[in-house]
Amino acid sequence: MGLLSKKDRKLILDPLADDNPITIQVLGICSALAITAQLKPSIVMAVSVIFVLGVGNVVISLMRNIIPSKIRIIVQLIVVATLVIIVDQVLKAFAYSLSKELSVFIGLIITNCIIMGRFEAFALGNGPWRSFLDGVGNALGYGVILIIVGFFRELLGSGTLFGFKVLGDSVEKTGLYAIGYENNGFMVLPPMALIVVGIIIWVQRSRNKALIEEH
Amino acid sequence: MGLKQKLHTLKEKYKGTKMAPAFNALHTFLYLPNETTHSGSHIRVADDLKRTMNTVIMALLPCLILGMFNAGYQHHLQLGEIEAAANGFFSTNFWNWDNLVVGLWKVLPLVLISYGVGLAVEFLFAVIKGHEVEEGYLVTGMLVPLIVPIDIPLWMLTIAVIFGVVIGKEVFGGTGMNILNPALTIRAFLFFAYPTWMSGDKVWVHGDVAATAAGSPDAISGETILGNLAQNKDAGFEIMDMFYGFIPGSVGETSTLLILLGGLFLIFTKIGSWRIMTSAVAGALVMGLIFNGVVSQEWISESSKFFSLMSTEFWHHLLLGGLAFGIVFMATDPVTASQTNKGKWIYGFLIGFISVMIRVFNPAYPEGVMLAILLMNVFAPTIDHYVVNGNIKRRMKRLKVKTA
Repeated sequence: MGLLSKKDRKLILDPLADDNPITIQVLGICSALAITAQLKPSIVMAVSVIFVLGVGNVVISLMRNIIPSKIRIIVQLIVVATLVIIVDQVLKAFAYSLSKELSVFIGLIITNCIIMGRFEAFALGNGPWRSFLDGVGNALGYGVILIIVGFFRELLGSGTLFGFKVLGDSVEKTGLYAIGYENNGFMVLPPMALIVVGIIIWVQRSRNKALIEEH
Repeated sequence: MGLKQKLHTLKEKYKGTKMAPAFNALHTFLYLPNETTHSGSHIRVADDLKRTMNTVIMALLPCLILGMFNAGYQHHLQLGEIEAAANGFFSTNFWNWDNLVVGLWKVLPLVLISYGVGLAVEFLFAVIKGHEVEEGYLVTGMLVPLIVPIDIPLWMLTIAVIFGVVIGKEVFGGTGMNILNPALTIRAFLFFAYPTWMSGDKVWVHGDVAATAAGSPDAISGETILGNLAQNKDAGFEIMDMFYGFIPGSVGETSTLLILLGGLFLIFTKIGSWRIMTSAVAGALVMGLIFNGVVSQEWISESSKFFSLMSTEFWHHLLLGGLAFGIVFMATDPVTASQTNKGKWIYGFLIGFISVMIRVFNPAYPEGVMLAILLMNVFAPTIDHYVVNGNIKRRMKRLKVKTA
């Protein structure tokens, strides 16, 4: 990555692991629980958030010197809302069934705490290029967790990946199902997403003791 | 050199190594440890954690044994091979060798899996975390086989036990630190993960699932009483059969009689809290009376889907399903229950109250007692907090009156 300076590279790489928005900052949990029952919506959600947060951060960063601080939240909301509507319309136009599946959760990107958080914490105080990197980095960190959770939940809950029956057919009893395996219905329910996220946090913190908070 | 001496030597040999907790656990399980504490005050009592756990297990054993006989009895009864037990509790149709063989064959693997897997996880965590193995799993391991349906596949039980011990207990810090009752966590996991094996009319009697899958024309159906009532059918069983436990259900929770004896034993030995048990029974009765009142006021019609369950006489609820078992053996778990005396009354009452409410209003979750206890487990610290604060406030007021 010769393109980026060391400081810039940190902006992208830190949120992927040691400063991950979901597992370390514990933000954006709501959507992580709601749409990760399958892998495909998880990926679409990740891509949507990368777009919204990347572009939004640049826009806010460009306007940062002319936004009166008293109404900055409203300005931020308008920027996110605009971008989310774009994403929503694109999905409706080109991937209608997916947009049905994600239903309100695309709209709810507006309330995703990661986005407003990055606007407030980073874009308001940094230039557009660094804000762009920070936005993409955080959205990637969010997306990575979404995809990991979606992978396990779809594999164990429905026995499929992207809808392909990788473990065999549960109705006709082929593959693993022939020897008595059954899908874990709990995996499809939101509480299990919370537990999977919790396990990821557990693994991450036991590998890197510096992340464990003092109390 | 006797076994005891050998274990002593092994313990010295492995002292400070990673494997030490595993050896120590075996050693202290079999013998009294050969060491004393070094600091603080000393109180010599015989009832350590191990003694407490063993007492509960002793109270559970009758339920386990009856569960084995019942497994065979229900199986044979469904196949039409034997007559229904008729003359009282000691009916030979129930207590016979054929029934016990089926029971042993089906129930022992559940016990072995529960203990084997659960203790393996405990040992593993003790070795990784470098602390001593705690006795916490002794009771859980006995409770688990008693609260699952007889035909549950063993691999499902294995996964559930691992989940329950790791997520329900170890992540919170092990024995004594858990928020939720581990045995109920295991059951709840099974209930939500594999609902087809945990509820419905096919799972409660050994052989039903296989018979249905084979499509045999005389596929047998072992609906539980709660299941029957939820569909507005008759209970289909005699009251005394319910009391003795000659009814389909999870392995060890059918016999209210033996649970009652176990409960009295726990109260007598001061292991189980009589406050929780009494108030939970009271809670269930009050909710049952309210529902009976609704029926007798004719606020709901006979066509209502709640009618059958609501019009069940209020005290029958104590005999049905896992309510009695849950109240005596699960709600009284000292770790997850309320700690204050007043808190125990509230905690117990709400368990009984909510159990019957869930049972009647949501026929999809007939085992309301599991959900009610888990819910109250979560609220137990809150209840304690307010009881303690209330007490502080009251005494502060008294102090002010005195000094003023």
